[in-house]
Amino acid sequence: MLTALLLLWPALAALLVLLVKGQAAKKVAFGAALVELVLGIWTWINFVPNASTQFLLNEPWIAGAGIMFKVGIDGISLLMVLLTVFLVPLIILSTFKHTYEKPASFYALILFMQTGLLGVFTALDAFVFYFFWEVALIPIYFIAGMWGGENRVRVTFKFFIYTVFGSLFMLAAFVYLYFQTPGTHSSEEVAFYQLVLDSGTQSWLFWFLFIAFAIKMPVFPFHTWQPDTYTTAPAAGTMLLSGIMLKMGIYGALRWLLPVVPLGVSQWANVVLVLAIIGIIYGAIIAIRQQDMKRLVAFSSISHVGLIAAGLFTLNEQGLQGAMIQMLSHGVNVVGLFFIIDIIQSRTGTRDIAALGGITQNTPFLSVCFLVLLLGAVGLPLTNGFIGEFLLLMSVYQYNNWMGAIAGLTIILGAVYMLRMFQRVMFGEKNEITQGFTDLTFTEKAVLVPLVVMVFWIGLHPNTFLNLSEPAVLKLLDVIKR
Amino acid sequence: MQEFILPANNAEMTWVCLLIPLLPLIGFLINGLGNRKLPKGLAGLVGCATVIGSFLLSLYLFFGFEGYGNRPYTTDIFNWISVGALKIPFSFQIDQLSLIMLLLVTGVGSVIHIYSAGYMSHDENFGKFFSFLNLFVFSMLLLVMGSNYVMMFVGWEGVGLCSYLLIGFWNKVTPYNNAAKKAFIMNRVGDLGFLLGIFLIFQTYGSVVYGEVFNQASQLSEVNDGVVIAITLLLFVGAMGKSAQLPLYTWLPDAMAGPTPVSALIHAATMVTAGIYMVIRSNVLYTLAPVTLEFVAIIGLATALFAATIGLFQNDIKKVLAYSTVSQLGYMFLALGVMAYSSSLFHVLTHAFFKALLFLGAGSVIHAMSGEQDLRKMGGLKKALPITFLTFLIGTLAISGIPPFAGFFSKDELLAHVFMHSKVMWAFGLLTSFMTAFYMFRLLYLAFFGNFRGTEEQRQHLHESPAVMTIPLIILAILSTIGGFMGLPAVFSQNHLLGNFLSPIYELARRAVPSAFEAHHLSHETEYILMAISVAVAVVAIILAYFIYGKKRTVPAEEGAALSPLHKLVYNKYYVDELYNGLIVKPVMGLSTGLYRFVERGIIDPIVNGFGKGVLGGGRSLRFVQSGATGSYLLLMVLGIALILLLNFII
Amino acid sequence: MNEIPEVIRTIPLNHYLFFSTALFCIGIIGVLTRRNAIIIFMCIELMLNSVNLLLTAFSSYRSDPNGQIFVFFIMAVAAAEVAVGLAIIVMIYRNVRSTDINILNKLKW
Repeated sequence: MLTALLLLWPALAALLVLLVKGQAAKKVAFGAALVELVLGIWTWINFVPNASTQFLLNEPWIAGAGIMFKVGIDGISLLMVLLTVFLVPLIILSTFKHTYEKPASFYALILFMQTGLLGVFTALDAFVFYFFWEVALIPIYFIAGMWGGENRVRVTFKFFIYTVFGSLFMLAAFVYLYFQTPGTHSSEEVAFYQLVLDSGTQSWLFWFLFIAFAIKMPVFPFHTWQPDTYTTAPAAGTMLLSGIMLKMGIYGALRWLLPVVPLGVSQWANVVLVLAIIGIIYGAIIAIRQQDMKRLVAFSSISHVGLIAAGLFTLNEQGLQGAMIQMLSHGVNVVGLFFIIDIIQSRTGTRDIAALGGITQNTPFLSVCFLVLLLGAVGLPLTNGFIGEFLLLMSVYQYNNWMGAIAGLTIILGAVYMLRMFQRVMFGEKNEITQGFTDLTFTEKAVLVPLVVMVFWIGLHPNTFLNLSEPAVLKLLDVIKR
Repeated sequence: MQEFILPANNAEMTWVCLLIPLLPLIGFLINGLGNRKLPKGLAGLVGCATVIGSFLLSLYLFFGFEGYGNRPYTTDIFNWISVGALKIPFSFQIDQLSLIMLLLVTGVGSVIHIYSAGYMSHDENFGKFFSFLNLFVFSMLLLVMGSNYVMMFVGWEGVGLCSYLLIGFWNKVTPYNNAAKKAFIMNRVGDLGFLLGIFLIFQTYGSVVYGEVFNQASQLSEVNDGVVIAITLLLFVGAMGKSAQLPLYTWLPDAMAGPTPVSALIHAATMVTAGIYMVIRSNVLYTLAPVTLEFVAIIGLATALFAATIGLFQNDIKKVLAYSTVSQLGYMFLALGVMAYSSSLFHVLTHAFFKALLFLGAGSVIHAMSGEQDLRKMGGLKKALPITFLTFLIGTLAISGIPPFAGFFSKDELLAHVFMHSKVMWAFGLLTSFMTAFYMFRLLYLAFFGNFRGTEEQRQHLHESPAVMTIPLIILAILSTIGGFMGLPAVFSQNHLLGNFLSPIYELARRAVPSAFEAHHLSHETEYILMAISVAVAVVAIILAYFIYGKKRTVPAEEGAALSPLHKLVYNKYYVDELYNGLIVKPVMGLSTGLYRFVERGIIDPIVNGFGKGVLGGGRSLRFVQSGATGSYLLLMVLGIALILLLNFII
Repeated sequence: MNEIPEVIRTIPLNHYLFFSTALFCIGIIGVLTRRNAIIIFMCIELMLNSVNLLLTAFSSYRSDPNGQIFVFFIMAVAAAEVAVGLAIIVMIYRNVRSTDINILNKLKW
């Protein structure tokens, strides 16, 4: 029941928000997201940390075809649900200083998207998963397409078509798998896990599924929609995309790729790892010379996600757990960084690194938050990024020492591009546009403080989260190694 | 062999161990949150008191250690990361080595904190400075107290961060920021090596906790096992970065951009010795890998020699000291390479005393000269700054290796061990020692003797520093004078205090490779001769410096003056920075632009857009099929039906 | 008087087949080659009727009334179709003063 409530509430709230006139919509939406956060925490409290799937909802959906509307939460889902319910209110709060046109639609779309995202993270039936996968896409299409910056229509269209193109392959694979299930067919997760397919079939099924997830993550070379979309979308849209939506791809691979076609994975893991590691280095090196802060963080995100993907496909416990914790960390860090970029842009009117400088002299609070989030992204110990990077690099290293060493370059390159950005923007002498820069307002602090707290929470006591997902990850590994 | 490290058996120890790093952390939080709000006096008090508190607690641990049966113990704080077989506790290990390092870090740290309260008193970001300094002490304490490699790594990166923040403390100035960034990134190169080393340790021994790793290594691994060599080399890469060894040393001279107390604390006394601490901590592994040790020795010697030659011609008072630090660190690695672990640590200690003293003295000079650091603008300062001069002289004598100052004993012991290992290395070590004495006295003569060469304004301003700055100088001067008696050479006394105290930490290495620890003492005659030679070398260097800079009052050439090619090469630090810039920085930058312009915009994106364009183009040409003429539709339909029937017929 | 099915059976089935195939082909050729909408329409009727004939023939040879029932259906549908179709053609003629299908190519591209 709790799962159903989690899924229904944002959608209902979205309808409610649509009725609100004017800028009051943001407050209603924020309130609704807070209620959802409480629901999420309630779920966490009631969650028994073992490998079972809890809060199950199993209703007939397309009854004739044996397709059930089956959703539930296990440890892996719970972390993603928590990430979503934690970030959405902050993202809504981060838009308080903007006055968007048609606010009711804007905030309704955000809430509607939350339903889609939560659906993806809780679905236990392939078609339910696919359904929510596409549901989540539609709101972000409108958010980016209607409230975005220049060139928004072209960029958003490309993003939309690209991801839909990928998901069609996934749908085809799901339909095929569905018809392979014995008896009156079923598309449930467990039914797919029990399938025994020969390795030739798994080989092509792997690519059908992988391409959908690879585009969403995005893994090199399927990433070209991402920097443009991140740059063009409004700040809230970028945060939704990078903070949560990107995790759909990783989560999808974890839940619907690795255990479903393990033989395919073992055939192609090498290729994927090579692609992922190319992505790590490629994204990082390109980020070094970017002038637009948003684009820089976008490329850094490609680099970070590459590492997560690499860890995922090593199929060892450190890799999967590292991926879980790094998804949380990356969500926190990237949302924080994009928010800070948004603050800087709204105060100075530019995101150009070369045009800024000396901001730190006016803004101790902003500087500290920026530095903490940046250090989290760079993976400094005792911040959240370290835990993930350490586990992921260790898993890649155990898979192949040389791959681990090359992937490790990310800790050097990451420092290079992040510190370059920080130095150019925050340090140095003030100039005309940064002269009157004011420190954070109360709402801005209200967004950044929880994020900073999370940076240290995950960094200092990762076991809070690792222990939640551990049983589920172990169970998944058993399925993969069956 | 599990008897080696057990958890502490009383809660009091746990609390003390926890409080030692926690106090500076609290100081960091108070000063960090209260920057510009707290009055300066209070900020300084908090900053100093927390570190002094840690020092007192460390003393308590140190003196309680014997009562504890001289037995190492660990204190678990909480379970930090646990994933499958990988278990990383957040816990501290107290043994002889960490106790010595604790005293060093908190002791020298306290002195430098007090000094900073005077030195930084005019800075508006006084509180920020103390908070960073406290954070540094916290990280450094984690580094030396951690009970596993990951904890060491935490401190290792933490001190790197503080170094970054403090080098770029005056962040309005772009060159300072660049120096800070350079330090952080170069350290990260080393850190990658360290990290990979940790991974390999885990892969090989299934744990990262010191006790387990060393037990396993001493039992399982053989001498010169390939894996052990790989581990030790990777760890040493980390040490190269942090301890500024060839080829990763160029950040340290640049790091002098930071405030002088920072240079003294971080870039001379404590952080840069982390690499030595790490090697000594991993002595079991290194003892098992003589190949790596030889490599360490060669790198150390090369660095010592190389940096000393650069130091000969530097004109910035802090740069001379920086290169001398690099050179002395090279010495320490040389000692490690010949397995004189304790001698190396002995030199770490004495070096911390006299180099901190020298840096703080230089700070006092810079303070008096209103920020001027160029030796060519100084001269004759001994009258204006008597205390500074006297203490600086002691520091200089100590680093030059003149008895009975601290540097003599540690350097002599170190060189004696090198002599036993290889005469050639010893000869080069002696050459370095000669250069050290020469450039240090060059600095002394240029700064304190002769005529004042600065502006009239600076002359008016000359003054001895306040007591808050001179008292630390005096404390360090005393330590530099008597510090050497911790380890008297065998000819004077059979009781080498430090060596005996540290001896238990090599127990496992001794069991693993007994042959490496077989005592071969030098005869007393040889020992006397070696001592005489090294003192003689230093004295000759001092006399030479006296003739050139004391008597003839030669002043180094002005900027832009014509120099001989060799002189120019050395003066420009062998163009290593330019080399790195050309070989690494520029290509990476070029690659970045190239990848973005040609691969991202030129290949991948066009392919993706190509799909879109293909579909558009396909539609554009296929639409002509829809001619609108009903007749053609009918024809196509009939043909289609015929085709289907035909296919049906065939198949 | 014989029953109608028996009368039909006095002619061999093959003849019906050939005959209705011929009719059908005439219809197709007419549809493809003529440009007047009304003639095309009549050709379509021709094709429908050839099918009707075939259905009737088979129905009587196999003594199965279903075929003939289909014929009635087809005739009813054809009648409706003629009504609608002719109405459209008349409207087209009123608008463009022609029933030539080749000038009705506004729906291209």
